[in-house]
Amino acid sequence: MKHDTENSTVPSAAQPGRAPLIAMRSALPWIIAAVALALMPVVFASGSALTIMNQMAITIIFALAYNMLLGQAGMLSFGHAVYMGLGGFFCMHLLNQVEYNELYLPLPLLPLFGGLFGLIFAFVIGSFSTRRAGTVFAMISLGVGELIAACSIIIVVFFGGEEGVSGDRTMGPTVFGFDFASQLEVYYLTVIWLLLAALGMYLFSRTPIGRIANAVRDNEERAEFLGYSQRNVRWISFCASGFFCGIAGALFAINFEILTEENLNLATSGSILLITFLGGVGFFLGPVIGAVVFTLLQTVLSLYTELWQLYLGILFVLTVMFFPSGLAGLLAMHVRPWKIGKLGLLARPYVQIAGPGLIFVLASAAVLEILFHARHASIGAEQMSLYGISFNSHAVAPLAFALIVAAASLFIIARLAPALLEAWGDANHGDSP
Amino acid sequence: MTRPPTTHAAVELQNLTKSFGLAKIIQGVDLAIDRGERHAIIGPNGAGKSTLFNLITGKYVPTSGSVLLHGENVSGKKPYQINRMGLSRSFQITNIFPKMTVFENIRCSLLWTMGYRYSFWHLIDRQNSVSQRAEEILDQINMVARRDELAGVLTYAEQRALEIGITIAGGADIIMLYEPTAGMSASETNYMVDLIRKVTEGKTLIVVEHDMGVVFDLADRISVLVYGEIIESDTPQKVRESTRVKEAYLGSVLEEAN
Amino acid sequence: MSLFIVNILDGFVTGLLLFMLCSGLTLIFSMMGVLNFAHASFYMLGAYFGYQISTIVGFWPGLLLAPILVGVIGAAIERYGLRRVHKFGHVPELIFTFGLALLIEEVVQFFWGKSQMAFEAPDVLNFSAFSIAGNAFPAYKVFMIFVAMGVFLVLLYILTKTRVGMIIQAALSYPETVQNLGHNVPLIFMGVFGVGTAMAGIAGVMAGPVLGTFPGMAVVLGSIVFVTIVIGGLGSLWGALFASLLIGWLQTFAASYNVKMADILMAFGLNQPVDMTTSMLRDLWSLTLPQIGPILPYLLMVFVLAFRPQGLFGKRET
Repeated sequence: MKHDTENSTVPSAAQPGRAPLIAMRSALPWIIAAVALALMPVVFASGSALTIMNQMAITIIFALAYNMLLGQAGMLSFGHAVYMGLGGFFCMHLLNQVEYNELYLPLPLLPLFGGLFGLIFAFVIGSFSTRRAGTVFAMISLGVGELIAACSIIIVVFFGGEEGVSGDRTMGPTVFGFDFASQLEVYYLTVIWLLLAALGMYLFSRTPIGRIANAVRDNEERAEFLGYSQRNVRWISFCASGFFCGIAGALFAINFEILTEENLNLATSGSILLITFLGGVGFFLGPVIGAVVFTLLQTVLSLYTELWQLYLGILFVLTVMFFPSGLAGLLAMHVRPWKIGKLGLLARPYVQIAGPGLIFVLASAAVLEILFHARHASIGAEQMSLYGISFNSHAVAPLAFALIVAAASLFIIARLAPALLEAWGDANHGDSP
Repeated sequence: MTRPPTTHAAVELQNLTKSFGLAKIIQGVDLAIDRGERHAIIGPNGAGKSTLFNLITGKYVPTSGSVLLHGENVSGKKPYQINRMGLSRSFQITNIFPKMTVFENIRCSLLWTMGYRYSFWHLIDRQNSVSQRAEEILDQINMVARRDELAGVLTYAEQRALEIGITIAGGADIIMLYEPTAGMSASETNYMVDLIRKVTEGKTLIVVEHDMGVVFDLADRISVLVYGEIIESDTPQKVRESTRVKEAYLGSVLEEAN
Repeated sequence: MSLFIVNILDGFVTGLLLFMLCSGLTLIFSMMGVLNFAHASFYMLGAYFGYQISTIVGFWPGLLLAPILVGVIGAAIERYGLRRVHKFGHVPELIFTFGLALLIEEVVQFFWGKSQMAFEAPDVLNFSAFSIAGNAFPAYKVFMIFVAMGVFLVLLYILTKTRVGMIIQAALSYPETVQNLGHNVPLIFMGVFGVGTAMAGIAGVMAGPVLGTFPGMAVVLGSIVFVTIVIGGLGSLWGALFASLLIGWLQTFAASYNVKMADILMAFGLNQPVDMTTSMLRDLWSLTLPQIGPILPYLLMVFVLAFRPQGLFGKRET
């Protein structure tokens, strides 16, 4: 799972000739993923489901590309929306060329051009931003990101000012009879590019440069004394990441047919950091998990509460403090108990703690919701409804009740925690078979 | 020492000085180390050994004078450029890639010299020549059994051995080791000395070391650095007998060794 | 000429304000190696606390209490948050402070909503101190200059005359040595973080009535603050001062001189395209200095980094 350690199963040196390009065993997850993605529209057929899935696929590519920097090369960027956004803007102009100037460009090839634009910008900006790692790189990426986002309002010809640039994806030549007017056709186009891009990024991590990127991340001084210029290694990683960001940008252009300043700004750059970190930067699949969970949270939570960004912020800060390896890291923690056949030991304490845990989360959220409503409800609108119950948010009783429930569930969790820890210790104790 | 005029020494220091602010740490060092020589640099604490080491490896830039590798001046060159000229080093503090496996540590240190450089068109697992070479080095440093462990979880002695492996893997012909046996038990030290002798066979070795047993065991020639100057540079036997060295530094230690 | 003087003064006020944030940020960075991404968020908290206190007991107690409150919160965050993340390394620390910045913005919106607060300068200072050829200069800005200078003098005194100041100074020049003191200095870390955030809080209380107290105020100033310390050189106090004033003046002058690109281009003998709606260069022709004012700091940063990657006054390899 972890891309530093997983790679040790090299075919023994005695094996004659070269190993096959893709061994069946390592191809299997990709085939399963492809089949699952192909079948998704059968299960979730509605238009809004397709929109969410498209959005998810694009976010996954973007997050994976971002993690090529953060996870694999140890570079923290606060302005990475720029490469996806610029790729998208250029593709939008290409689409408009197709529409108005009869440029011959089949739509399925557009992401390739998006990638090239992303690559070109990463090459130019990376030429000075990758000279340093760490904090300096982070600050430069922030500054460049803000610069380009600010330029987008000034350079109206290219960025379209406040309203952005829009286009029509259906104006190109049809491919095998598809004109990509329907959501479903766009879904399959997006998903094919998702698989291609993910495979490309996965393979990149197993090339010499991909490995050396890890080495520079872990110990740049040592890597220099192995003959590698740390700056060049970072620059190449940055360009590769820019390429895949550009692909995501092109897919965004195809899906939404509009790009605005929002695609370039700090908020977008920040959320991709959040997504990637939540998912887990140390794992290839981490950003995928992050993108899926984030998109779901965003669409579902925002339906029910105005405070969803607050919850997300709390979740993010807690993740950084207590689970710096993210959701994928949490899952990976269970690999060992599973391998030694002791995962079952955890079932009981998990089930026991799940109830109070859920109640604690809901009650804490209730406290915040009631306080928020009490503070911001317009005069006369003191009734609020929460979890299907309607009550007066200005009264003391509901708030007190929620507080008591939260405190009580927290108390129960604290009582159950030692048993969980003990079970955790037992489940991890023992030899691997 | 006289050398044929046509060949250059592996490492040559010419009137090398280094100051930090007002403190002149290295005060004019001249030294030539031949190819294939095992050379040890010793000296009391604060003599400037680590500064000298870092000057040769390009981490510090000399205040004046020059460092020549195979006759070529290296001042102002980046560490990676110096490495590509055939010099490889270990570090004072263990310096490995802790989050990678032992095998991966060795493999990464092979990539540049085996010509893969910044390649993104090779899949690393398919390069059997690299894997084979890595296995050979693992065998040389006796770490085959640990190949899939994360380097960060190895014992201290194992990490030092791995670092030696990383240092020699790239095939550099000048190997510089900084206190390779520091903090080791007697048996670990013996093991390490044997290992170093084995893996640096036929190469130029420069070692900075505290342990006199190691130094006299390993070196063909010893330079004694005191207050930033080399006061003696000769065979172990001559250094042992040198009154200057005894006065300056060795006295008590040597008597123990005898 | 008179406009020039007013601009000098205005830019000076902006520069001092920037420096109040940059100096705290630089101190924290030099001591702890942490670039506090949430620094501008503490500035915002200062403004909101100042506003809230001013509605109860007036502006002046707010000017004193709000920064103290901000500093206490800052110190608590260092103690219970940052210190925990510290062992994971600098990048996770930066990510933590980034998350903190997001969270503080959400918390501010939770309590005060999205709209701008009616935080105003006290009546005592609501007059024009002097005017130069018809350009009035408000007394409040004079007051800001004095407070900022006062804070810097106190800071300078602490840094140069006290024992704690000596340690902090040592940390500025020899960060590794002081960091190697390890667990002997966590209290000083907490103190520096608290004082640094409190200074951001003072800046917030003072800027709130002038620049507006709204949830976006941290983002607006935050990026500029980071750009400033990169231009000045990370870890350099003098660099931060120089860059703060430079950017303060740059932005003030850019905003008040309506230089049109069209005039410059025509001075070079170029002709304006007849049809401005279709020309690809229309943005270039319609560009004005106030329009590009906001991006000048970023341009300056790219320019500086191209020639001096360590920043104007930076010495240290980071």
